[in-house]
Amino acid sequence: MAALYEGYTLCGLVPAQTLPNSGIQGVETERDSDHVIVTDSTRSVTLYKVSDQKPLSSWTVKQGQTLTCSAVYSSQSKEFVAVSDSKVIRIWKEEDILLDKAFKATVSADVWRVHCVPEGEPVVLFQRGAVRLLDSLLSAPQQPIEEVLAQEEAIRWSTNILAESKQFVIFTTEQKGDHFLYLQRLNPNTLQRYRLEREEPGLSPLSFSASYRDNHIRLLYLYPNGHVYQSVVSMRGLGADEGAQALPLPRNLLLGLPVGEGLLEAASALVLDEAHVAVVGVPHPSAGAGKDFLCIWNTNFQTLQAGKEMAGKIYGQLWGYSNKLFIPHGKTLSVIPYECPKSSLAAALGKLKQAKTEGELTQIWSTATTQAATSLTIDQVLEVTKMAPVEEVQKEVEGLLSRADIQDLQASLGQLASTLVSRSLADPAFYTPSTLAQLVHTQSLCHSVCPDLVLLALEKKDYFLCQLCLQFFPDIPEAVTCACLKLHRNEVLRTPYSDTFLLPHLKDLSSQQVVLFLQYLQFLYLKYSQDASTQMHGLRSPSLTQIMDWVCLLLDAHFTVLVMTPEAKGLLLNLHCFVKSQVRLVSELGKIEGSLQELNKMKVKKDVGQYSIEVIELF
Amino acid sequence: MGEFKVHRVRFFDYMPSAIRAMAFNSRTERLAVARADGALEIFNFADHYFQEKVIPGQDGRAVEALCWVGQRLFSAGLNGEITEYDLENMRPRYTVEAYGGPIWTISSNSQGTLLAVGCEDGTVKMFELLDERIRFQRNLERQKGRIISLSWHPSGTLIAAGMMDMIRIFDAETGHATHRLLVERGAGASKSKEVVVWSIAFLSDHTIVSGDSAGKVQIWDGLTGTLVKTHLVTKWDVLALAVSQDESSLVAGTSEGTVVQFQFIASTVDQQDKEWVRTRTFKNHSHDVRALAHTETAVVSGGMDTQLVVRPLLDKVEKNTQESALRKIAFPHRSLVCCAKKAGLLLFQFPDHLELWRVGESDGLGKPGDSLPVKRNPEKLIQLKRKGEDHICCSALSPCGGWLAYSTVSAVRLYRIQYNNISITKVSKLPKDLRSAHQLCFSSDSSKLFASSSHSSVVIVSLNQLECKHLHTLKPRSGSRQPVHLLFASEDGKWLAAANADCEIHVYNLHKLKLHCTVPVHSSCPTAIAIHPVTSNLVVVHADQQIFEYSLMQKEYTEWSRKLQKQGLHSLWLERDTPVTHISYSPKNPAHIFLHDMFMFCIIDQSLPLPEAKTMLYNQMTLRSLPEPERIRHSHAFKICKNFQHLLCVSLLEDHSLVVVERPLLDIMSQLPAPVRQKKFAT
Repeated sequence: MAALYEGYTLCGLVPAQTLPNSGIQGVETERDSDHVIVTDSTRSVTLYKVSDQKPLSSWTVKQGQTLTCSAVYSSQSKEFVAVSDSKVIRIWKEEDILLDKAFKATVSADVWRVHCVPEGEPVVLFQRGAVRLLDSLLSAPQQPIEEVLAQEEAIRWSTNILAESKQFVIFTTEQKGDHFLYLQRLNPNTLQRYRLEREEPGLSPLSFSASYRDNHIRLLYLYPNGHVYQSVVSMRGLGADEGAQALPLPRNLLLGLPVGEGLLEAASALVLDEAHVAVVGVPHPSAGAGKDFLCIWNTNFQTLQAGKEMAGKIYGQLWGYSNKLFIPHGKTLSVIPYECPKSSLAAALGKLKQAKTEGELTQIWSTATTQAATSLTIDQVLEVTKMAPVEEVQKEVEGLLSRADIQDLQASLGQLASTLVSRSLADPAFYTPSTLAQLVHTQSLCHSVCPDLVLLALEKKDYFLCQLCLQFFPDIPEAVTCACLKLHRNEVLRTPYSDTFLLPHLKDLSSQQVVLFLQYLQFLYLKYSQDASTQMHGLRSPSLTQIMDWVCLLLDAHFTVLVMTPEAKGLLLNLHCFVKSQVRLVSELGKIEGSLQELNKMKVKKDVGQYSIEVIELF
Repeated sequence: MGEFKVHRVRFFDYMPSAIRAMAFNSRTERLAVARADGALEIFNFADHYFQEKVIPGQDGRAVEALCWVGQRLFSAGLNGEITEYDLENMRPRYTVEAYGGPIWTISSNSQGTLLAVGCEDGTVKMFELLDERIRFQRNLERQKGRIISLSWHPSGTLIAAGMMDMIRIFDAETGHATHRLLVERGAGASKSKEVVVWSIAFLSDHTIVSGDSAGKVQIWDGLTGTLVKTHLVTKWDVLALAVSQDESSLVAGTSEGTVVQFQFIASTVDQQDKEWVRTRTFKNHSHDVRALAHTETAVVSGGMDTQLVVRPLLDKVEKNTQESALRKIAFPHRSLVCCAKKAGLLLFQFPDHLELWRVGESDGLGKPGDSLPVKRNPEKLIQLKRKGEDHICCSALSPCGGWLAYSTVSAVRLYRIQYNNISITKVSKLPKDLRSAHQLCFSSDSSKLFASSSHSSVVIVSLNQLECKHLHTLKPRSGSRQPVHLLFASEDGKWLAAANADCEIHVYNLHKLKLHCTVPVHSSCPTAIAIHPVTSNLVVVHADQQIFEYSLMQKEYTEWSRKLQKQGLHSLWLERDTPVTHISYSPKNPAHIFLHDMFMFCIIDQSLPLPEAKTMLYNQMTLRSLPEPERIRHSHAFKICKNFQHLLCVSLLEDHSLVVVERPLLDIMSQLPAPVRQKKFAT
């Protein structure tokens, strides 16, 4: 699970009274992850050591001058670069005390931003879309700068990234409500223009964030209605057909964030890694309509992973460098460390509470009951499954299942399933998850009939099918269980197993996996022990004893490793405390056992009442 | 030994009254205890805490405070009166109206010359102590707000008064207030409530200690009028304070039922300066501790839960002795039940009424341990409300059940009861000599009524259908002025034994109407006496648990008694802390003596060997487990049965069945009002 840690203040803000902005123009990394340069919206640049929350130096331009772009640090030359009054490029070193005495050069066109990636050369992006490397620009500062953008087209956002050792300047523009993405490659220079799909009329993206991964540049953008889209641009075909023609840029909806009442105004989304997005200025789904939250969402599972309320006004600005988020809010610029471990289904499911799978289940059943008109015999169906395309196979199997008495079909169903599985394995394009799910649902299958089914499901990452298999198969071997374990879990916990066989396989799990698994088990345990009723509703959730058994098994298998693993320390301590309290409770109960038994005996002694005649004997 | 049919009676709803005040006289070692119903009890701490005297209460008399002046005892109450008691005749001697509204407190100076009372109207009134009376002397400077508590400085020149929200110090000579000490109110919601200074103590070093309704015990410097130290001891009220005679220890009683001890010691070992340090907390009460006394060796406390608790201070007594044991006195040390043996009737005495019951019947026999089916339920035949304001002090039922008598401090009343068609008739003309009685007793043939009167005299009245006539007044030769608290008429009608608070037992020959003999005086007070129906031996049990048997014929202790004294009673017998209050004999077996205290009844078989020091005293369980022939080897004279508790009466009826009147303390507890709320675990 991603987590946001306790933040701390880097510096105070001096926001202009009436302006909606924070007074901060930019936060850029300096020599390492612990140093940042903060440029305010007027005249000064400050270098901070983040962990010390302490300014190291500060530079200010003369009164009357304004810094128009945030300063960057070129790690190659160990110099700072900034632009004042749009046209004056200023370059200085850390030793320089007075900015006015440092180098400056006036260029012929207005500069939009100076960008610099670590280990890269500073790049100057002009307001009209032209791009120059800083060195080549400074060799002839007054060189003419071409106009790339059309009339009434203006840059909204820009960045540069290093992809396959090539520098790219990426910027978005707006022209009469249309939004465009420009990908400018440097050395050799190519420019590609894309048109962003229109959102609801009148809505412009609030923020952009770009990342590069697996040969693709991914652009993430947030609209005021809470939609977070991702567009992916492949690096391969880039530059092949260069032209002014704007290509349509496909997009997919990654997240639909809750927006509360009205539209988002000052919000921002930042890509953290392949699965996580940090969002600021969007309401927390379970904390009312206030928008002053910083949240981390998992885009794979659309789950909220962590949230934090930020005191004061949110300006919709967010920077992230090496596991730290920089966020101006209220009158401070805060640093919030975060952590995004590899996302897992377990963690995601833990939050999802299985609601989704249940939904899918009913859906499948409803489709299964729609009768197919055709009536093919089982053999015919078998033939069909060998050759026919996916849709037909689905239709026929559905038909078969809905019409025939399943008891008679047991053997043939196994055959059918194994045919489907083997065909799926042989032909990657062929996969019939719903059909297989239906077959598993008949409960006439078991692992030994089609041993590859679970593995196939695992391979196809069909968790739903996996879950069904785990639920219905009585004879899954422990090795396979472990394989499933590596991927996800509640169903695994409920499968029957034998300690002796499971233990060696459990040992195969890596320590990270074990820690994660233990965390998940602990989470489950706490959840169930707090609220016993949830267990009653979630029919397919593991019982408390099952959870405890798994915890014990895992600890048995990995105890020595866990003891050595620093991350597991807290967890182990927690478990230890828990066990200790349980032991204490039991011993206390043991102590009063005698008394309670006495109580029981005493109750037997009948009430004497007001009067009785008794016989006693004295010796 | 044998089987007994036992009538187990639990329908006597005896309810003791709450303790309101107490005063300890360290010279005579007598503790005076006042109860909510106005009754006054005197306990002799020198004689095993025996409840020596009881002065019955009176409607409307609410004693709020008690004060000893030498041997004289004074009380004051919310009725606005000061009362001095006549402890010889066990009645109020006189009552003086203070004219200051309800009186909250009374205190005498150490010289014993002045008595100060604190009144509702804000005055402290001084009374001069005269030999026979008290006389109003003057008022101290009148204050706004009632005077709740008073304490004299030992010098007699200053007097401290606890009031609402403050303490005043008066100059006893001029009558002017010299200091005003403001007492802080409680925190939170009680901020708006006046704080009541419930109790105050003025020590010889001019330290003033106060206990108040905000739960504080405060130490003040009386010379400067400054607060020295505050101890918050309870969330509720501190109701009572008591200081030891040497002023080295003081105790505070709270509404939570706790008693908190403070000691005047150096708080660290090498420090010279002493201060009042909170040391111990005792919790022996379930309800408010309203009254406290600090004796030399123990803390005595009492309150709403009606029990008098004597808690020895373990630094003052030898450990693991009888003296170091906690003692709770729950029942009176005299019998409130009278059993008519022949008629199977029980008379229960309440302060304001009498109840006459007939025990039930069952036929058939059962094995030991069985409950027999009750054929006829017990029946309340008569409930007799007393006349007048004075509470009943003693009562008696004749053995045949035909006569019933009771006495208050002002009058004796005698009734004739008919059972065929239950009716009760008051005998109208009683002899003049029968004005008031401390103890009443009928002769075994119901022909005579014996009433103990003033100066240990006994009035004999003959009874018949037509008239009641004064026969004679028996007077002891000793000239004792103490009241007779025990009377016993022998079965054959020849003897009457009377025991008084001077520990004397006089035996009169009723045929000759003169004193037969006086039993040698034992140092401890007799708690029960009886004359054997066959041998005419007098058995006496004392407060120190000693048993004597005295032959009236030989006028000497019997052989058995000498043997018992020579061998000594078993240590466990002597360690019992409730007195034997009743002795009876078995008509079947003359060797058997029945006696009981609160926790057990015992049959002493005089034919069996006495238990030696090493033998087990409580051996019934062991004997039960032994085979029949071996029992005789292990059995001894004391057959003790603890099946029934807590006992108010054990008596043997003529049909040889036992009547056992139980009043479990839990039943009493359950009838008390709810105690103050305390946070308990998981509530």
